[in-house]
Amino acid sequence: MPDNSIIKPVPYNDITSLAAGLDALELPSAPAGAKVKGIFRALAPFLAVFLVFVIWEGIALLRLQPSYVLPSPFDVWNALSDQANQGLLHVSALNSLRRGAQGFLLSVVIAVPLGLALGLNGTARAIFRPIVTGLQQLPSVAWVPAAIIWFGLSDATIYAVILLGAVPSIINGLISGIDQIPPLYLRAGKVLGAKGLRRIVYIVLPASWPGFLAGLEQGWAFAWRSLMAAELIAIAPALGPGLGQMLDTGRQLGDMALVLGAILVIMVVGVLVERLVFAPIRIRTLRNRGLITVK
Amino acid sequence: MTIVSAETPPILEISHLTKSFNQAGPVILEDFNLTLRPGEFVSLVGASGCGKSTLLNILAGLDTASTGTITGSQKASLMFQESALLPWLTAGQNIELAIKLADLEDTETEEKFLTKAERKAKAQELLEMVHLGQVYNLRPHELSGGMRQRVAIARALSQNRKILLMDEPFAALDAITRDHLHDQLIRVWQETGLAVLFVTHNVREAVRLGQRVILMSSRPGRIIREWEVPFRQPRRIDSPEVADLAHDITDQLRIEIRRHAR
Repeated sequence: MPDNSIIKPVPYNDITSLAAGLDALELPSAPAGAKVKGIFRALAPFLAVFLVFVIWEGIALLRLQPSYVLPSPFDVWNALSDQANQGLLHVSALNSLRRGAQGFLLSVVIAVPLGLALGLNGTARAIFRPIVTGLQQLPSVAWVPAAIIWFGLSDATIYAVILLGAVPSIINGLISGIDQIPPLYLRAGKVLGAKGLRRIVYIVLPASWPGFLAGLEQGWAFAWRSLMAAELIAIAPALGPGLGQMLDTGRQLGDMALVLGAILVIMVVGVLVERLVFAPIRIRTLRNRGLITVK
Repeated sequence: MTIVSAETPPILEISHLTKSFNQAGPVILEDFNLTLRPGEFVSLVGASGCGKSTLLNILAGLDTASTGTITGSQKASLMFQESALLPWLTAGQNIELAIKLADLEDTETEEKFLTKAERKAKAQELLEMVHLGQVYNLRPHELSGGMRQRVAIARALSQNRKILLMDEPFAALDAITRDHLHDQLIRVWQETGLAVLFVTHNVREAVRLGQRVILMSSRPGRIIREWEVPFRQPRRIDSPEVADLAHDITDQLRIEIRRHAR
């Protein structure tokens, strides 16, 4: 028979122990890690790339077309290493990346105040949103001829085209981020005393961040595309090398391997920026807010 | 516990408050009068459409009254049915931000500005007050509903307001957790001497917590009757005296609700 006398009676109102018990029951126990799955996920994209190269090489080996029309992956590799040996590859890539990054950052600086104004003020939105949407619909390469007439073959032309491509996307991202803020957070912010600029800094911007971040990602993609279009058309010694210029060199020389190589590099740079810059920020944001659990 | 007597000057006085959202629209609150004294705990019960939430929104400055006056220089904290913790901050940072915002708001008056380290220490202290010293670095989504509401209580306390407005704060919790939060709230109230205006449609909860229970009518919201709750805290929600008083109040509430049957 159990001896009840050794069980210490706990008073009904002992809140500390009650809280500790309830909290222990309500907090989830730590989930088991899935490391193997993580490694597979990290390597999975390379599998697809490998597969594409195998198929490509297979088709090239069939010699359906001469190699100046359909070069093999090895021809492309040789063309790129040729560029690298001349010191052109990394200079071009870095130059383009620098222009893209600078243009993108400038776009953010311009787009944030405009996005806030349009996101928070209904009248401003009613008047200006159609212009922003119109600009977003227009492929920014359409601005290249105009920019060349205005600014000549200069950096200004390239940045103008990047801005016209990226700014509307970022503005629209910020607006939709603001639209998706749960009203409760705005009310809570008001009750806590966040007014005016404090409301924007401490409540509106962080609350709209998931949508805003999506707009930034799209803005970067548009900036990168616009940059390539601008570099492809605006070619002058003063502008220096770039990936777009490399593409055009390939076209002028009729060097299909170089053209395909430049396309590959443009894609790889785009993917790397997404993977190394945006994806970690996006995953951290979603995880912090409990919008994804395991990914 | 703060001793409240009729002579203590009120911390909040609402007189002849009326609210309708537009001239032709329905009257939400009609001739509402309430005196809240320092350290007093008042429960406000009513069915849907009695304007309870509207009243709290007006008192918290989220909405304005159509006519009537609200006297009282004190700012109020407001708690919602959902914790309204900001999901991009940790539990501790939520409280730190509240302290910072209150400081920024009060700098024109006399309050001193706390350093970051002082804010952090104060936030930790407040979390310990609601028995959550260990959750400083956890995000809101990592906490249970009851824990989130306790963090929300700590956040409301952090702004040093003398009045705490609560809009059905425990309605979404399970019964065991709600019971526990009642204990926590009463203890915090006794330790801080806050004046609390607690809105609920749970009559037993109103009796369990309040020193006074005020029953409101619906459409328009008006005060029908008021009860003193003479029992000492801590009370139990399942005690016979709480049940008896809740029984009487529920009878009145049902009479009021039946009036709306067509």
